[in-house]
Amino acid sequence: MKVAMTVNGTLESHDVEARTLLVDYLRNVVGLTGTNIGCDTTSCGACTVLLNGQSVKSCTVLAAQAAGDDITTIEGLALEDGRLNPVQQAFQECHGLQCGYCTPGMVMAITSLLTENPHPTEEDVRVGLEGNLCRCTGYHNIVASALAASGVVEMHQ
Amino acid sequence: MSILGNRVVRREDPKFLTVGGTYVADLDLPGSVYLTFVRSSMAHAKLLSVDTSGAKAMPGVVAVYTNDDLGIARMPTIMGMTNEAMTQPMLASGTVRYVGEPIVAIVAESREIAADALEAVVVEYEPLTVVIDPAEARKDNDLLFPDAGTNTTFTLDFGGDEALFDDCEVVVELTLINQRVAPCPMEGRSAAAHMTKDGRLEFNSATQAPHGVRDGLAGFLGLEPDKVHVVTPDVGGGFGAKASVYPEDIVVGWCAVHLGRPVRWTETRSESMLGLGHGRAQLQHVRMGGTRGGVISAYRIDVLQDCGAYPAFGAVLPFMTRVMTSGPYKIPKAEFGSVSVVTNSTPTTAYRGAGRPEATAAIERTMDVFAREIEMDPAELRRRNLIGKDEFPYTTPTETVYDVGDYHQALELALEVAGYDELRAKQARRRASGDPIQIGIGLSCYVEITNGLPDGEFGAVEVRPDGKIIVRTGTSPHGQGHVTAWSMLVAEQMGVPIEDIEVIYGDTDVVPRGAGTMGSRSLQIGGAAVNQAAVDVVEKAKDLAADLFEADREDIVLDKSNASFHVIGTPAVSKSWGELAKAAVAKDGNPLFAEVDLASPGPTFPFGTHISVVEVDVETGKVTLLRHIAVDDAGRILNPLLAEGQVHGGIAQGVAQALLEEVVYDPDGNPLTSTFADYSFISAAELPSFETRFTETPTPINALGAKGIGESGTIGSTPALHNAVCDAVAHLGVRHVDMPTTPIRVWNAINDAAPHHDAKNTTKKGGR
Ligand code: FES
Ligand code: FES
Repeated sequence: MKVAMTVNGTLESHDVEARTLLVDYLRNVVGLTGTNIGCDTTSCGACTVLLNGQSVKSCTVLAAQAAGDDITTIEGLALEDGRLNPVQQAFQECHGLQCGYCTPGMVMAITSLLTENPHPTEEDVRVGLEGNLCRCTGYHNIVASALAASGVVEMHQ
Repeated sequence: MSILGNRVVRREDPKFLTVGGTYVADLDLPGSVYLTFVRSSMAHAKLLSVDTSGAKAMPGVVAVYTNDDLGIARMPTIMGMTNEAMTQPMLASGTVRYVGEPIVAIVAESREIAADALEAVVVEYEPLTVVIDPAEARKDNDLLFPDAGTNTTFTLDFGGDEALFDDCEVVVELTLINQRVAPCPMEGRSAAAHMTKDGRLEFNSATQAPHGVRDGLAGFLGLEPDKVHVVTPDVGGGFGAKASVYPEDIVVGWCAVHLGRPVRWTETRSESMLGLGHGRAQLQHVRMGGTRGGVISAYRIDVLQDCGAYPAFGAVLPFMTRVMTSGPYKIPKAEFGSVSVVTNSTPTTAYRGAGRPEATAAIERTMDVFAREIEMDPAELRRRNLIGKDEFPYTTPTETVYDVGDYHQALELALEVAGYDELRAKQARRRASGDPIQIGIGLSCYVEITNGLPDGEFGAVEVRPDGKIIVRTGTSPHGQGHVTAWSMLVAEQMGVPIEDIEVIYGDTDVVPRGAGTMGSRSLQIGGAAVNQAAVDVVEKAKDLAADLFEADREDIVLDKSNASFHVIGTPAVSKSWGELAKAAVAKDGNPLFAEVDLASPGPTFPFGTHISVVEVDVETGKVTLLRHIAVDDAGRILNPLLAEGQVHGGIAQGVAQALLEEVVYDPDGNPLTSTFADYSFISAAELPSFETRFTETPTPINALGAKGIGESGTIGSTPALHNAVCDAVAHLGVRHVDMPTTPIRVWNAINDAAPHHDAKNTTKKGGR
C-alpha cells in the first residue's frame, strides 16, 4: 500500500506492506538509521521518535497509521546551520551518552518531555524516562542532560 | 597547562546526536541475504529428526543448514582449563542442552522470509532429564555430557587447613546466591559479512575484540588471518558478553564464504536474552572467623559456578574470584575452593566485573554478618581490618600482589560524604518510632583487579605532512570514549590540539594487533601504549629537527604551547610537526611515526568504598534506593567526566543485581525472563542521582599512574545495596535476604524472622 508522511520536514511517499512498522519504514525504506531497535516487546524506547511533536515508540506504530503525520527523528533535530540543538548540546556537555545506542530514543523522549513540561524536576524526568532503557550511563548524566536543557528548549522551537 | 585531568567533553558525540551511530544493522550492504537460527525450545533433549524440507522449498529461502552441512570444528575449551568432552558445536548436534541453542541456520532474501521459514522447520525432540539447579548438577545423577562422565568442568582448591577456624572466638557462616543476570547491552549481537573482490572475508561485528573475532573466524573457517578483515562499526555496549566469539558469528562467516553473497545477522532481543552469555551465577558458601574485638583472622569461600550448558568464560570466573578472595582486608588465613558445573541453561560468560563482583559480594556481606554477630558498627569492623596504606605491595593469602592503595582514606571519605553518624542516628530514631518505613545503610569496601589477563596492547602515532596526527589503538571502545581520552594523551605529549588528532580503532587491516576492550584494561595498557608511541614520536621528531637545524640533539626542545620544535634559546626559528613529517618522508620515504607493542606490566588494583542508603517498607517489602555514595580510586584520573560516566553505569548495573534483576528458569529449564517485558532491567525511575568522588593514589605499574575504572562501580555497589537492605530489617531479626531483594523476598524474610527472632543470631564456633 502507498503511505505518505512528512519525515524531518520532507514529504516521503512509498509503497509498503501493510504490516510494516514505522521503525522499519524509517530505517529500511526512508533510509534513516539513526532510530534504533532494542527490543521486541515495546519495552526499551530505543526506537522513540516524535509523531506530530509527541514521543512514540516507533516499533509499536504501523507505518500506515502514521500516514499524513509529521515525524521527527534524531536526524531532524540539529539547527539549520548544523549546530546541535539545546538537548543535543546538553547531552554532549553532560556526557549523557556512552555507546550511543539508546541515545536517539532518549533525546527524542526528552525533547517531548520538555515540550510538555519545560521545567521538570529530577523526579519528573526520571518518571518520564521510565520507558527508555540505557545500559551504559546509569541514567545519571541523561537526567542531568535533560535538566540542563530544560527551560532553554522552547526558545528554540 | 596540562589537558590531563580535565573534563574534556567527548569528540565522539556529535555523530550519535545528529544521525545516530552506525551500528552493524545500519550498514548498507546491497544484495544481502539474512541469516536466522532455529533455536531449541527444549532445555535438554535428543534431536530425533530435523526436517528442513518445508523451509528449503519456500520461495526466497536461499539455503538451510544443519551442523552436518557446516563441517566446522566445535568451540574450544576455555583456556585449556575446561573439560574437553563438553565443547559446543556450531549448531546443535544430536542433543540440545538449553532453550535457545541454535539448531538450524536459515538464509533468506529478506528478514521476513527468514522468519517465516523458521516456522517451517520441524524438529522432533525426545526429552531428557533437565538439570537446572547447579547443586543437583554437581551430584552427577543426570549428565549433560555422558561421555564426560561428570557435570563438573573445572575446579580450583586453594588451601585445606583443617584447623582454619580453630583459633577463632567467633565464626559466622553464610550461604549466598550471586544470581544469574543478563548483561543486556542495548544492541544485541550482530554481524554482516561478505567476500571482497580480492577474495577476502570482510566481517563487520558488534564485538569488543575485533582481532579475536578475526583469529576465531580464520581458525574455524580455515583461512589465513590476513584473508579476514574484521571491522567494528559503532558497538552498542558489550559489558564482557561481547568479548568472545560466538558460534553464530562463525556461521555468519561460513555462509558468506560459501554463498558468495553478503550475509547479515542481527539477533532479536528475545534471542539475545537466550543466546548472549549470562553473568555471575555463583552459589557461595562462606565462613569468616575472628575475635570478639573485631579482628578477622580466617576466611574461606567455596563457590559453585553455574556454567550453563557449554563451558564458556563463565566456567573460569572462579579463577578471578579466587584472586580477590580476601578483598581489601588483612586476613592472615584465607582459602578458596570452586567447582564449575554445567546445567541446561544459557552458557555464562564475563559480565562487568567477571568474577570480582562475586568475590566482593561474598566477603562484604559476610563482614556485615560478622559485625552484627559481635555487635560492632560495620564501618568500624572494616576500619580495623583494612590493609594499611604503608603495607603495599601487599601479598594476600591467595598470592595476589596488590600494587598500592589507601583503603582507609576511601572509607573515611565515603563515611564523611554520606554523613554516616547522622544517618545512623536517623536510623535509630526511625527504629524507635516503629515507622513502617525503615532506613538501611550498607557499606562495601572493595579492591579489584584490572588488566588481569597477560595481554599487552598495540598503539601507534603517525604525523601527516599536513600536521594532522593519526593514532591507531588495539583497544576497541564501545562507549568508553577512547577517541577523546587517547587524543588527550597525545595532545599532552605532542602539544597539538585534540581537533588535529584522529583515533583509529576496530579495523584489523589498519590496526595490525589488539586485544580489545574488556576487564577495565584499556587506559592502563592501551592508553599507555598510545602515550608511549607519542613519546617516541617526539623523540624521532627531535632527531629530525636536529638535522634540519644542524644543532645538537640535546638542544632541541618541543614547545607544546605552539606545537613546534626549536633550538634552545632561539624560539623564533622553529619547525612544525607538519614540516618535520615532510622532512621524514624526504629523508628516507618513511612517515614520521612510532609503533609500540606494550607488554603488560601486570595488573593494577583499583579500590574504594560504596555506601547505599535505602528505605524499606516493612509492610510491603518494597525497597527504595535513596542515595548511593561511591568513592573510587583508579589511580590518576585522565578525564573525570569519562571516569564518572563509567562509575555511574557500573553502579546502576550493580544496584540492579542487588535490587531486581535475575534470570529465572522453571524446573524444566524454560526461561521465564527472555524478553525485556519479563526481565527487570533497571530504569531511571528506580534510581537516584549518584554521589561520586575519586581519591587518586597513582599506581607505579604504568607511566600514567592509572588503574581501570570500567568495573569498579559494579563491584562496589552490589554489596553496598545488599547490605543496606539487610541492615534496614536487621532489627526485626532478619539475618540475611537473598538477592535480588525484591519486595516478596524482603517481606518473606521479615515474616519468617518475626516468631524466632532470637534463635537466628547465635554464635557458631567450630572448625571447618
Ligand atoms: S524497539 Fe521499540 S521499544 Fe524497544
Ligand atoms: S549509552 Fe549505551 S545504552 Fe545508553
